[in-house]
Amino acid sequence: MASRLWATRTASYLRVSLISRNFATVVKDLKYADSHEWVKIVGNSATIGITDHAQDHLGDVVYVELPEAGTEVKKGENFGAVESVKATSDIYTPVSGKVTDVNTKLSDSPSLVNSSPFEDGWMIKVEVKDAKEVDSLMDADRYSKFCDDEDNKH
Amino acid sequence: MRLPLMNLFKLNRMPILRQLHLEEMLMRTSSENWCIINDGTINPTIVMGISGKPQELLETESVLRDEIPVIRRMSGGGTVIVDQDTIFVTFICNKDTIPGLKPDPQRIIQWTGHLYETVFNGIGNFSVCENDYLLGERKFGGNALSITSKRWLQHTSFLWDYKKSNMSYLKLPQKAPNYRQGRSHLDFICRMKDYISRSGFIDETIRAAGSHFQLTPLHQKDGFLNQQYEHLRSRLLTIDELEEAAVYTPAVATRV
Repeated sequence: MASRLWATRTASYLRVSLISRNFATVVKDLKYADSHEWVKIVGNSATIGITDHAQDHLGDVVYVELPEAGTEVKKGENFGAVESVKATSDIYTPVSGKVTDVNTKLSDSPSLVNSSPFEDGWMIKVEVKDAKEVDSLMDADRYSKFCDDEDNKH
Repeated sequence: MRLPLMNLFKLNRMPILRQLHLEEMLMRTSSENWCIINDGTINPTIVMGISGKPQELLETESVLRDEIPVIRRMSGGGTVIVDQDTIFVTFICNKDTIPGLKPDPQRIIQWTGHLYETVFNGIGNFSVCENDYLLGERKFGGNALSITSKRWLQHTSFLWDYKKSNMSYLKLPQKAPNYRQGRSHLDFICRMKDYISRSGFIDETIRAAGSHFQLTPLHQKDGFLNQQYEHLRSRLLTIDELEEAAVYTPAVATRV
């Protein structure tokens, strides 16, 4: 109970939404793909990672395979993979562009994807070609519902 | 209710790298379901998971001396050494193919576990433990899963038989399943041939798959084998990579 109260207050401070089941978090100012990646756009730079829902379903992440800086990526296409103790899962870019930065910390600390999926666990930064590509992505509320619907499907 | 369709592809001694490339291509470019059974591979080959580091997993000097090929595959999981006495079974499915199956790694492994339970049908006390298939307390089948947005692939290497000398190329892994309990490789694995005939295992696996899917047999000569696909993740490690790993191998190795 105390941990739940702490979580609620922390969520309020960080401006995140808490889904009461499993404490999965959704950050309000981000956009989301139906393959469970998030993207944060600042100017023409996009930062991309996987969501808390995704890391929760993956389990402990032991390895992250990422492209090199300079690689061209295309919206909806696979740009890397995450290995967890259960499986290897492809990760997809929500936007097109050129990779400008790669989170090298994930090489030594892949668990950052689990512990901090929206911050320290970011994966790549992309110089976006067409900012309008994010229009087709989900906002936080839609993504929350999408996750609920997906989990209830089976 | 009509069973979902699945192509059944029986191979005989296809080189494991070619099999892995075929699987990756089918996973990424096909929208059909596949069951691939490869009855052995030609030469002894070491296959590591996607994050495998030879300096941690292999006796690299012996591997280089004996010119054993080393592959890093697209899926995760552990390291195996395979040869003509390994039987490979792979399922590639669309996520919504199997009614009621959530495409979650744990549930996929459980589902395939039920399938193989019927194959063994009480022989050898078959069970699934931490992603491995066991007969009694010993592993005879290792699994690896790869998941994309719409499909999943599960491939298994079954130890029909093995040579003790081949196991000496592998180190005791730092990350091992709990049930292994520090056992050496030879105390941890068992031979499937001690429990079931080779043809019996393959026939019963096909029969078990046929109870879940409407199987369409394909042949090795069919044209799609010649399709080319770029960006394949599974690859052979170079001599330079293995030599570099040998340099970094600790002086005191932990043999399996």
